[in-house]
Amino acid sequence: MLRIFLAFVKKETFHILRDTRTLVILFGMPIALVLIFGYTVTNEFKDASISIIDQSKDNLSHEFVEHLTASGHFQLTNLPNNINSLDGEFKGGNVKMGIVIPPNFEKDFFKKTPVTIQLITDASEPNYATTLTSYASQMIFSFQKKYSKSAIPPYQIETEIRMMYNPKLIGAYNFIPGVAALILMLISAMMTSLTIAKEKETGTMDLLLVSPLPPMLIILGKIMPYVVLSFIDAVLVFAMGYYIFEVPIHGSLALLLSLSLLYLTVALALGVLISTKAATQQAAMMVSLFTLMLPTMLLSGFMFPIASMPWVLQYISKIVPANYFVQIQQAVMLKGAGWESISHPILILIIMVFVLFAAAWKNFKVIYK
Amino acid sequence: MNAIEIKNINKSFGDTQAVSDINFSVKKGELFGLIGPDGAGKSTLFKILTTLLIPDEGNATVSGFDTVKDYKRIRKIIGYMPGKFSLYQDLSVQENLNFFATIFGTTIEKNYHLIKDIYVQLEPFKNRRAGKLSGGMKQKLALCCALIHEPEVLFLDEPTTGVDAVSRAEFWEMLKRLKAHGITILVSTPYMDEASLCERIALIQEGKILQIDTPQNITNSYSKPLFEIKSHDFYQLLKDLREEPFTERVEPFGEYLHLTTNSDISSNSISEILEKKGHTQIEINQAIASIEDVFLDLM
Repeated sequence: MLRIFLAFVKKETFHILRDTRTLVILFGMPIALVLIFGYTVTNEFKDASISIIDQSKDNLSHEFVEHLTASGHFQLTNLPNNINSLDGEFKGGNVKMGIVIPPNFEKDFFKKTPVTIQLITDASEPNYATTLTSYASQMIFSFQKKYSKSAIPPYQIETEIRMMYNPKLIGAYNFIPGVAALILMLISAMMTSLTIAKEKETGTMDLLLVSPLPPMLIILGKIMPYVVLSFIDAVLVFAMGYYIFEVPIHGSLALLLSLSLLYLTVALALGVLISTKAATQQAAMMVSLFTLMLPTMLLSGFMFPIASMPWVLQYISKIVPANYFVQIQQAVMLKGAGWESISHPILILIIMVFVLFAAAWKNFKVIYK
Repeated sequence: MNAIEIKNINKSFGDTQAVSDINFSVKKGELFGLIGPDGAGKSTLFKILTTLLIPDEGNATVSGFDTVKDYKRIRKIIGYMPGKFSLYQDLSVQENLNFFATIFGTTIEKNYHLIKDIYVQLEPFKNRRAGKLSGGMKQKLALCCALIHEPEVLFLDEPTTGVDAVSRAEFWEMLKRLKAHGITILVSTPYMDEASLCERIALIQEGKILQIDTPQNITNSYSKPLFEIKSHDFYQLLKDLREEPFTERVEPFGEYLHLTTNSDISSNSISEILEKKGHTQIEINQAIASIEDVFLDLM
């Protein structure tokens, strides 16, 4: 039996190695995705172009402009003197935020009359706009503090913020777990469903079934090479995260890798399940993309927070395996958690493996008795 | 015991009745042909016999084993060559053969005597990918793969479709040699001319068996008067004959038309009628029925 199994694995490996398209998907896609997400999907900003409309032009306002630009995060483009010109600048995309300093800025400030500084942003990119305004507010607050040191207000509540596990709010800490979940799901599930559907399409599945091989052996023999390859992909993504984007792995590497293997098994089971339904490679591809890729991207919590979704989507997200794998990765990589604190998501993934394989097995029996 | 026994087999897909009430048996060591056009239900019957489909009604046995209950036993003793070329196109000739030998728990060396005649022709291309072979070579490789585990019964579903005439003739020679090894062969084909190469044939049409007998008996059973006719204008001749009241059926058949008449009209009178219609160089003979004539008559 082992000899037959090995012959199967060997055959499957030949299929993979001889198909450039498969090879590109297997190894090109993870690298491309990590790099694309790493360098494009980010809320960090540098050299944001802003305009300052200074209607007061006194010493304090000059000092204020100095204070804002000294940080290096903002870059002054031009200084139009009226607010109306800002609209044109936004439309041209030259400026992302305008800061309006009211007349009599210095006089009012020292007279302790409330001063209002207007922050006008181009919110057609909402995330970017929010980030800019919150940064600008911080700068205004620190400017104010500089002058109010001598005169301490009678009552004051200060906030002290600590961003645990990711103090610098580095985007990579979030997307590496997300991309790992996405890639492993796509490669394991899509590639296995494709390879099984291909055997159906070309008719070789009939030949295999007419042989004395138990169907389970056929399926296991087919997915085994993909287990190995997807595992290599997992290692590749974690390594790129670690070396290129400096995402730490505080917890046990062995735990992380063995749980990746568990998640892979869920994905493979899904692939097998899809392939029992899809008759052609094209059908398998479409089903994989729609039922796996989109939920994995949108409902795993790595792009959008699940807690702020409508309750229907929140419930759906509970059956998205990537959701649990992202939780596991964040806990192990960033928080250094051991298995006992993530036993809940682990348990759910284990249950998923059994349910999915049982469903796949049942379907398989219906088709091939 | 018969190698294949089929009793009252019915199978439908949705509203389409693929095969209905099929009954026949194939003797041990027989070369049996299933003759019928595309869509007649040949492949469905093959899938039932090779345990890939469960019949809605009836039962079938292969070497005494029931296709539903004992499907595991059957899968050890049969060889199957599906209608479509179904080997791994990206594996080489040798890799394909090796793989199929291994999954049946045997080796190429062990059963080399069975495939030797065929394999010597493939040998020069043994490192070529199966997808790059010619149609005839693909078919030889598929036969090798189906034979490598020394099956008791061989199922060949339209093995010669899409294969050139020379390779087809060679293929039937191979089947005769395999028969000498004692292997029972059930082969299907849409080509009527191949029917005469089988020991017995079943004519199948729209899921029903029309007739089962030896090719000789089947052609002898044709009782209606049959002529072969040609004239200077083949197409006009076909049109004119179709309009004659004595014509039951007229079909092109090579360089002649095969005319079946519904009364005892003599060839001379037919010739006279045609001359009146302006045909020249008329040639008319009594003809011996072919399988195709029988088939068209039964339809």
